[in-house]
Amino acid sequence: MGTLTTRFSTIQDPDEKHKFLLNMGPQHPCTHGVLRIVLEMDGEYAMGIDPILGYGHRMHEKMAECRQWSGFYPNTGRIDYGGAIPYNHGYCALIERMAGIEVPERAEYIRVITVELNRIASHFLGVGAYVIDLGAFTPILYMFDDREDILDALEDITGSRLTYCHHRVGGVSKDIDDLFIKRTRAIIKNIRSRFDMYDRLVTGNIIFQKRTKDVGIIPVEMARRYGATGPVLRGSGLGFDIRKNEPYSVYPEFDFDIPTGENGDAFDRYMVRMLELEQSLRIIEQALDKLPDGPVMAKVKRVKLQPGDCSFSVEAARGMLTYYLVGDGSNVPYKLKIRVPSYSNLSLLEELCKGSLIADLVSAMGSLDLIIPEIDR
Amino acid sequence: MDFIVDIIAKYSLVRILISFSLLIAIIMLNAIVMGYLERKICARIQRRWGPMEVGVQGWMQMFLDGVKLLAKQLIVPREANPFLFRMAPLLCFTPVAMAFAVIPFSESFYAMDLNIGLIYLLAMGSLNVFAILIAGWSSNNKYSLFGALRSVAQNVAYEIPILLSLLAVVLVTTSFNFKEIVAYQSGLLSFWMCQPVAFIIFLVAGCAETNRVPFDLPEAESELTAGYFTEYGGFSFGLFAIAEYGNLFIMSSVATTVFLGGWNGPFGLDFYSGPILGVFWFLLKVFILMLIMIWVRWTYPRVRFDQLMNLSWKYLIPFSLVNLLITAFIVKII
Amino acid sequence: MSHYFSEIFTGGKSLLVGLGVTFKALTSPVVTVQYPREKIDISPNMRGHIDLIKDSESKNGLHRCISCGLCARNCPCSCIVVKGEKQEGVKGKVLKIFTLEFSKCSLCGLCVESCPTSAIDFSDEYELAAFSREAFNFDLLKRVQQGDTK
Ligand code: SF4
Ligand code: SF4
Repeated sequence: MGTLTTRFSTIQDPDEKHKFLLNMGPQHPCTHGVLRIVLEMDGEYAMGIDPILGYGHRMHEKMAECRQWSGFYPNTGRIDYGGAIPYNHGYCALIERMAGIEVPERAEYIRVITVELNRIASHFLGVGAYVIDLGAFTPILYMFDDREDILDALEDITGSRLTYCHHRVGGVSKDIDDLFIKRTRAIIKNIRSRFDMYDRLVTGNIIFQKRTKDVGIIPVEMARRYGATGPVLRGSGLGFDIRKNEPYSVYPEFDFDIPTGENGDAFDRYMVRMLELEQSLRIIEQALDKLPDGPVMAKVKRVKLQPGDCSFSVEAARGMLTYYLVGDGSNVPYKLKIRVPSYSNLSLLEELCKGSLIADLVSAMGSLDLIIPEIDR
Repeated sequence: MDFIVDIIAKYSLVRILISFSLLIAIIMLNAIVMGYLERKICARIQRRWGPMEVGVQGWMQMFLDGVKLLAKQLIVPREANPFLFRMAPLLCFTPVAMAFAVIPFSESFYAMDLNIGLIYLLAMGSLNVFAILIAGWSSNNKYSLFGALRSVAQNVAYEIPILLSLLAVVLVTTSFNFKEIVAYQSGLLSFWMCQPVAFIIFLVAGCAETNRVPFDLPEAESELTAGYFTEYGGFSFGLFAIAEYGNLFIMSSVATTVFLGGWNGPFGLDFYSGPILGVFWFLLKVFILMLIMIWVRWTYPRVRFDQLMNLSWKYLIPFSLVNLLITAFIVKII
Repeated sequence: MSHYFSEIFTGGKSLLVGLGVTFKALTSPVVTVQYPREKIDISPNMRGHIDLIKDSESKNGLHRCISCGLCARNCPCSCIVVKGEKQEGVKGKVLKIFTLEFSKCSLCGLCVESCPTSAIDFSDEYELAAFSREAFNFDLLKRVQQGDTK
């Protein structure tokens, strides 16, 4: 029998004979892809949790160092495949900040619209997968029905459905047209009309509430200690959102709220996501109303990355995303560091779930809405 | 013709053989029909088409799936206990077949008429848990073992409300015999009207007893991959599935006989009934109950283990006890 | 005690409401299509693999590519190979080889944007499945010569 390499080796401990190791993943239904967790179990209670990463490692950061900065565009869409456009946006904004490029206003609006549409699609994916973790298979298919409309609209302007590569340094690669605007308004109306259905099917369901309330409670202090961001942090009651706290792009021009939870349990995190859908819809609506005319691409001369460093943070669907770039005067980045939200959110898991039932572990982990390849990069 | 009837009457062995082969055919057919309905209904609930490719509306899909399962190699994991591992699916299937023997499809269409039919049927129904325990243990897989352990605790806890709710009816009929229970419900009265609490408790507990969502903890997919049958493939897996649908049928037929008036036509219209029509009414009621269980399955999330236990001990058992007391009181007075 | 009963009531109600939602879905029309038999119209802007645009008004009567190699240089995945040759009596280079190794392509669109003559565009093919990796080494020049492009 092979040995499981982990920090816990109590299985040989004669005094704790009843404890055993349970290997969850990398092909376990609840780990959404390629996370492996080694659990030290006492009956059905998980006493030790050891997430093991690296099964989805694709060397994105190293790839950035081996090619011109423009060659990293397609990679940005593949780090977090659930919500790719914020990653496009962050990278372009980073290079623009470094090279001091002004982006036309229409392009900024289009960026915001696509980012928010993508955020909605990503939240639908995350929430739907969470409900599957809890055992209900139907809601995710309704959510995918809505998400499909968004993907269709995004496909119309970006050309892809999942791994977008739409934003460019100095603007966006393709302008939006009247058809897209009409379509997006229809989508907004349709999604609004479905909220009530989700409330009745999922949120109000007593079993769902029992499974999520008081499960996986993250106090604010703990969330800050681990650097959790996004809906995980907001679910704990701290309304930290880069869009408000460190405004970028044209976000200051829009009127929207940051929903927060109270108890920091799984239900609050779920609720924050559902409420954010409405806020994103509001932003899109305002952006469509205010959409200015003009070019969507600035004149960009050859960009050389100045010696020195620069960073840019955006609010991705799962939390704060920061690109940090060190340049050396050539057009190849010397070093690109990506701070992804899921990494910090996952690191909560051990403290969060110590001593909880395996069913609660699944529930708590699902509510963190992790995209594992984003962590591995 | 007389000759055949004579033989059947004379030699009980022939009768047993015939009825058992019929029963097994019914169980298989039930699994195929239910499997198809489940896939179709789940698809329509999720606004998909479901199987569509083989035959009109894909009606042959389950037959082909059966053939596929039969053709697969039976793989026994290296660390498993091979004997028990192979026994478990059979152990799961046999009690189901035995329980089918007493199911009264109509007044004259049944394999066996036992005085204690109800008790026998419940006893067979709960034997299922042994098979699950053996399957989980012999697979030598931690997830399977989890599923097996959960299943045992769950079945023990839910046996009690099932018995208590049925007892309330038995107090009225003073018989465990299916025929008599049904005979009691001829006319307008059937027990779901005068024992609604017992009926609901029976349905909920029956759902749990047959491991259906929201109580499918032994196979909880997102937690335990597939629970006790994680390691099974091929037709051993098929046997588990058939037994699951068989158990569903048994639970629904108990509910039908005890609460819904069995083979009697609805609204006490006697000219509707008869040996053949009786089978029709019986099957109609059973299938309506099973379709409701499918509908429930594709709507709800799964409960957690302690909540499952709470539901039984804190809600179902006290309610069924009170219900039983009240029934006893009323029966005494009348 | 009142909490005990109210929970039964609200819980039971929420369960029934949930059943109502799925029942409504059960009776409403299906939203998916049976894929290989029916197909949804795809967006005209979808990014398939790239193709040389057929242009009979161009200088060589077939396509607008001037073999400058910008697309190949800008491709982050280095999946385009362009080779042109000088030919007697023709101004500029004549395109000899234009291949795309589609299994490497990330559909980013940088090549299309960088082309000075807008000679390439995305095709709308999405049913791309084959048994070997070599099947994705497209010879785009041949495709445009044979008239397979849109
Ligand atoms: S789409 Fe991108 S990866 Fe594909 S050939 Fe063009 S530049 Fe290269
Ligand atoms: S950039 Fe355009 S013109 Fe230049 S080689 Fe590529 S396709 Fe031909």
